[in-house]
Order: sequence, then C-alpha cells, then structure tokens
Amino acid sequence: MFTRSRRTIAALAALSMAGVALLSACGNDAATPTDTPAAGETTPAAGGETTTPAEGGAGAIDLSGQSLNVVAAWSGSEQENFEAVLKKFEEDTGATVTYTSFGDNGPTYISGQLEGGTPPNVAVVGQPALMQQLAKDGHLKPLNAEVKSAVEANYSQSWLDLGSVDGELYGVWFKAANKSTMWYNADIWGEAGAEVPADWDGFLTQLGLIRDAGYAGISIGADVGWPLTDWFENVYLRTAGAEKYDQLTNHEIPWTDDSVKEALEVLATLWGTDMVQDGGAQRGFPESISEVFGASPQAGTVYEGDFVAGVIAADGNSTVGENALFFDFPSVKGSGPAVVGGGDVAIQFTDDDATNALMAYLASPESAAIWVPKGGLTSPNNAVDTALYPDDISRQIAEALTGAEAFRFDMSDLTPSAFGGTQGQGFWQEMITFYENPTDVQGAMDRLEAAAASAYTG
Amino acid sequence: MTSTVTAPQRSRTGASKPRSSGRFKRGLIIASFLAPALIVLGALVAYPIIFTLVRSMYDRAGEKFIGWGNYVTMFTNETTFTAIRNNILWVLVAPAVCTILGLIFAVLLQRLKWKTAFRLIIFMPMAISMLAAGVIFRGLFQESPQLGAVNAAIVGVQNAFGDSASYPGAKPRQGVGLEAEAGIIATESTVAPGSVADLPLIAIRQNQLPEDAAQAVVASPPEGNQISGTVFLDVVPGGGGEQGVVGDGKSGLPGIRVDAVADDGSIAGHAITNADGTYLIEGLDPAGVYRIALPASNFGEGAQGVSWLSSTFINAVVILSYVWIWAGFAMVMISSGLSAMDPSLQEAARMDGASEWKVFTRITAPLLAPVLVVVFVTLIINVLKIFDLVYVIPPGASKPAANVIAVEMWTVSFGGGNDYGLGSALAILLLILVLPSMIMNIRRFREERTR
Repeated sequence: MFTRSRRTIAALAALSMAGVALLSACGNDAATPTDTPAAGETTPAAGGETTTPAEGGAGAIDLSGQSLNVVAAWSGSEQENFEAVLKKFEEDTGATVTYTSFGDNGPTYISGQLEGGTPPNVAVVGQPALMQQLAKDGHLKPLNAEVKSAVEANYSQSWLDLGSVDGELYGVWFKAANKSTMWYNADIWGEAGAEVPADWDGFLTQLGLIRDAGYAGISIGADVGWPLTDWFENVYLRTAGAEKYDQLTNHEIPWTDDSVKEALEVLATLWGTDMVQDGGAQRGFPESISEVFGASPQAGTVYEGDFVAGVIAADGNSTVGENALFFDFPSVKGSGPAVVGGGDVAIQFTDDDATNALMAYLASPESAAIWVPKGGLTSPNNAVDTALYPDDISRQIAEALTGAEAFRFDMSDLTPSAFGGTQGQGFWQEMITFYENPTDVQGAMDRLEAAAASAYTG
Repeated sequence: MTSTVTAPQRSRTGASKPRSSGRFKRGLIIASFLAPALIVLGALVAYPIIFTLVRSMYDRAGEKFIGWGNYVTMFTNETTFTAIRNNILWVLVAPAVCTILGLIFAVLLQRLKWKTAFRLIIFMPMAISMLAAGVIFRGLFQESPQLGAVNAAIVGVQNAFGDSASYPGAKPRQGVGLEAEAGIIATESTVAPGSVADLPLIAIRQNQLPEDAAQAVVASPPEGNQISGTVFLDVVPGGGGEQGVVGDGKSGLPGIRVDAVADDGSIAGHAITNADGTYLIEGLDPAGVYRIALPASNFGEGAQGVSWLSSTFINAVVILSYVWIWAGFAMVMISSGLSAMDPSLQEAARMDGASEWKVFTRITAPLLAPVLVVVFVTLIINVLKIFDLVYVIPPGASKPAANVIAVEMWTVSFGGGNDYGLGSALAILLLILVLPSMIMNIRRFREERTR
C-alpha cells in the first residue's frame, strides 16, 4: 500500500516535470515569432517577383510589392471561391490581395473603415443604394476609361445603369441573382401532360391541367410578404416596362397608377383561383417549396428566385436538374424577356494602378471563369462562356439573366425599408392582404399608395 | 465615492460648529447616500422617459418638431387603432381568466394528496420562454391536420365516425354540362330514359384510383326505361385526349353511386359504376325526365381542420397561450396565500355547519382578496406590455388582426419602419396605460406597511 502510493507520487512528479517541460517549450515557441512576420511578409513578395515574368501574360502589368485590400460579404465556400479568383490576379500581377469578409454588416463595416481613414481598395456590396450613397458622399472613385470600356463591352445596358450614379460609372457587377424563375416538379407536370408555357395565358392553362390531374397547380407561401412582392415585381416589369418600373421604384408615379392596376389584375387571374393551393396565407415560404418538391408533393409549381435550387437540394427529396426544373417567369401580353433580381457590385475607393488593374480584372470574363465552374456564381458578364457552368440548371439561370432585355433590381430592396422591408406593414403586408382578397384591386392600390406616401416623405 | 468618505469625518468634528452647518452636513450625508441610487435611476429611468417624450414630438428623422402630430397619427391610423383595441381586449380577458383559473387550481389542489406534482405540472409552462411557447402554440394550431396537433385531433375524431369517400376532392369537368353543388355533382339539364349520360370528372390523382379501375368504355345504349353512361376520369396521364369524351388512356371510376333524380327531388333509381366506369339505372318511367346526380358521399374530403390562425380566431389562440403560461403563476401566488391562512377559521365555519361553497365564498375568498388583487394587477401590467406571443404566433395574413401596442411600437421603430417618432409616441401611450395599475400597486404596498 505504502509503496504503491509512493509510486504514484513519483509518477505525478514525473508528469508535472513533463508538464513544465511542455510549458517551457510553448514559451519558446511564443518567444520566437517576433521576427517571423517580417519573414512572412517578404516571402510572398519575393515569390511574386519570381513568378510574375513567367506566368503574367501579355498585357498584365507588374504590380509586385503592392498590396490591396478587398472586402465583401462572402464567407465559407463563397469566400474560398472568391479568394481563388483573387489568387489568379496575384499570380498574374505579383500584387498581394488581402480579402476580408464583413458578413451581414456591409454598410456599418465600410462606414467604420471610412471614418477610421483606412477604406478598403475595393469593396463588393449587395446594395445599390449603398453604392449610390458612397458615390454621392465622394468616397468612391469612378471607373477609369479602360475599365469603363471593358464594362461597356461586356455588360448589357441594365447593368451599366445599375452601376452608374449621376451618369458616372462606378460599379462592376460581379455576381447576379435571378428572381424570375418558376420551379416545377417535372413528375407532376409529366403526369398532368403539362408543358413549359410560352406566356402567362399558357401558364394558366398548364396550371389548369395540373389541377385537373388532382394536384394544386401552384403553391404560394404567403405567410410573409416578400415572395408576393417578387411576384408583383415580375408581373409589373412585364406589363408596365422597365421605365415605369424605375419610376414606381422611386415613387415618381403613384401606386394608384393604371399600370399598377393592370399588374394587380394580371395577378388576380391566378391568385384566388382554384389553381393555387389552399391555405397559402398560413404557409411559410420554405413549406411552399416542400409542398412541390418534398416527400409528398401536393402542388406542381412554386415561384421564387434561383436560390430555390439550393433549398430543393438541401431537402433531398427531389433532384435539381432531373425532376426539379424551372422555366423563366412567363411573358405577359407579349413582353420581352425580363429578369428581376439582385447582385453584388464591385466598387473602388482608391484610384491607383493596382486598384484599377483589379477592377479591370473583375470586369473581364477571366475572373468569373475561375469561380463559375466551381458553382454558386451567376455572372452578369455577357462575355463569360456559358459552357463553363457546372450544370444545365445554373447555365439556364445565367442565360436567362444575360439574355434578358430588361434587368431590374428587386424593387422592395430599393424602396425605403419602412415600405419595402418591414414585416407586418407596407408593401409586404399589402400584398398579403391583396393575396387574401384579389378582387379588391382598387383598395390594394389605395393602401399601397398611402403606405408609400408616408414612407417616402419620412 | 469621495463624499461618502469625507462625510463621517465632518460629522465627527461638527459637534463644535453652529447648528445650521450641522443641518447642512446632515443634508449632505443624506444626498451622498441617495446619490448612487438617484444617478442610476436618473440615467436608466428618468432620462429615457423624458427623452422618449421629447422624441415623440419629432418626425421620423428626428429633425422637425411636429408637436402632437405623432399622437394624432396614432389614434387615426387604422393599424394602431386595432392594436389599442386588442390591448383592451387582452386586459379585459387575460388577467381575469388567469386569476380565476389560478384560484380554482389553488383551492382544489389544496386538498389533494399529490398536490405538489399537480402544481408542478401547472406551473411548468412558466419555465418555458414566451418565444418558445409561441412557437409551440403556432405549431399546435396549424391549419393542416398533418401539421397542427389540435386539428389532427379534431379531424381524427370526426373521421372515426364518418365513412371516408372513395374519391375525395373530385370535381366535374367544366363546360360539358355538369355542375357541382354542395358536394353533389349532377347534370345541368335533365336526361330522358333511353339516353346515355356521361359524367367526366377531374382532380383525381392517378395513384388515388382504385386498383380495379379499368380503361373507361362507352356504355351500351339503354332500353326505354333505362339510363346508362360512364363515370370516368377525364384526364389522360401525360396529357392529350379530347376533354369531356371517353377516350384512350382515360380511366373508369368504379364504385360510385349514381342517382336518377326526378323533378320532385325524389330518387327514382340508382346504380353503382363498374370497373370501366359504366352504369345502368333501370326501372325508370319512360315518360319522365331525370337529372343524373353523384351524391356528395362519393367525394367528401372528410373533416377539414379549423383555421385557428386566421384573423377570426387568432386573438383567442394567442390569449389562450398566455393563459397556459400564466395560470400557473396565479396558482402559485394564491396557493401561498392559502397556506398562510389560519385554517382554524374554516374549521370553525365547518363546525358551525357551513357548506363548502359558503366556506369558500364567505371566508376563504375574502381572506384571499389582497393576494388576488396583487396577482390581478401584476397580470394587467404584464398583459399591457405583451409582445413575444403576438410577435411569434400569428402568420402574416392575420398579423394585423392580432396586433398590440408593443408589437406595433417595435414594428414602426425597429422592425424596418424606422419611425422613431411614432414609436416613441406609442411607448408613451403604453407608459400612461401602465401607470394606473402601477400606482395602485404602490398604494397597496404602502397600506400593507402601515397596517
């Protein structure tokens, strides 16, 4: 007994000695790094210098030794992919690019950096209003002639307009989202003998076929208002045209305008009919997707943006590209291809060679070509080869986007948040009310106008 | 900090100094003791209230003074008005129901052997956060019986007593002379015996068809006192075919009862469809005319759940969830009041031959009155500022119907409305509404102390 306890004491002593040794080793480690960062800084630069002549193609300028700061919202796999895009730029030019993700706090982060006097060289932001504000406050630098001509060559007019403030081009749209996609369950459509429609009337006919086959034609999740505002925006862009869309966005025409009436009347030809699944007002948006693509599908179609593909994939009961397919939001009364969506725009805070080179790179198809095959990027750049997209669905989404005659940013994101972004009031709530009672077009217009009037004056 | 240190020193030397200076020192001591509490109260209570009051007089951006403008908006705006009305409903219903339920539980459980276990169960919802309770109730009252437990129970019970139809939800094909009324599908016009009447139906899924259903065929021509025809699913899987006509790929609907209804509404004859959908009604008067009808029992969709979360019931559901949580609180408070009571009073009454009801109404209830008032007033204050449940439970469409002041305040100021002026005005309204019950509570405390 006694000997044994002695032995344990000895063991403990040995252990503690080892612990001390370990600790001291750690201490040594902690002591050494004082000079490591310096070494770390020099190595990449040196590496850059050696690789530049070898890899930099014709036209690539030598920027070795220069460093750039880039900020964007992307994190996770999106961050990895964007860093791969930036890495190619580093290899081509020899510049060092540091990427920082600001997550959901874009406006706060950037204004903080500006106040601190150290704005990033380039930021990629998702809010056109933020870009406009920064440009008006004089924080942004307009694109130089070279980048501007590249953008003009590679992008359609809608994107140029969206990237301009007071006639001056500030932004390069790098990533886009397509919110004009109508997702359908090909099994149900096949059973009902429905085919991809050419226009709104054909769409209603096909939904009727699905109803005849015993399924609901379309499932709408009207628990919150935003999917309904996207419905309206798509119809409005088609019936009223891009010009009126902009005017309505800025509240230059009232919501009691005849064009609004027309769009609401088009919506009323679907909402409230027996082609829509019952109980929509209490159905959340995610449930409306699983009603179509879940384990026990009850409806044939669901409308929302390209992100629905991700929701379907995560649910796992249907396969995107096989039985989960989409077609473009149908044309109304002969309207041309139009897309409502969103996107991320690159803007520059400095005007030096390195920043300009990076902006030129982001405006070129080469940058997108690195991310596109990895998936998750829809490029608004017309020069990007659509063959690069990893699957048919993402290619179709991109082609709809670049092939659109009119592209408009999601209206509810451009209006004051009291009107376009508040749960329980304004645009969202009035669209829910209209969904509940689609015959009351005039009442809906009056209430929308009243809500807009108070939100825009404030 | 420094004043508290110096104060005792001064008072020690103060004995030799004139009286007025002594009073000054006393005041200083009092001030130094009160200062920390006053500063905290001022910074955290008084200042915010005053700032809110001032802010409520300014516009959305806080730049323009608009006087009572926000208060006018508040009482003329329909949504805010609904919120105020709902708050009144809440104050009238919820505290009273909670207190009464709590009283019943407390009195009844007092005599029970396992009272602690029961009390624990009733009190347990208090341990759940309001938000989580809201999520639970939202789930319970979902409209679809597949999602909501309450409707699942209702539908389950109703279906247990009714037969399930073979073709739930089927509808007639439009534009081929059929009409649907109160679940009955019938021909629009009358049919004379000796002729064929086909009934094309839709909205039946291929996988819902009975196994014996076969390709629909055209019925053979009937005799003079018969009517024949085919009841079929007017949908070809994969599309195609002519609507309203029996054709390739269309399935017959077996097992459907077909009635021949005479002019006076009586059923003159009936038949059941075969596997290929054909039927033959015999024994009719060759001179009469009949409408062919498919009774509703073929198509009933069974019991449907109640739309609990619609604007009609939403307030009831939210108040119910509140009662579920707070009845336990009332019970515990009242139970403690009961156990503090001298049982000899009740014993004496019982000895004198008073009934249990008399004992309760004449002795227990009056003695409990102070506790009941405290519980009631606490609940009123609590109900006035109700937020979480109303924020979580109603779906979008019934949010306006369930709105209360606290939710409205949050929506207009922080929920995206960014109108801090109107939000502040609503906050002041809430403060004014809470004040009477606060004053009442403080008075009660004072009375109790003097007693």
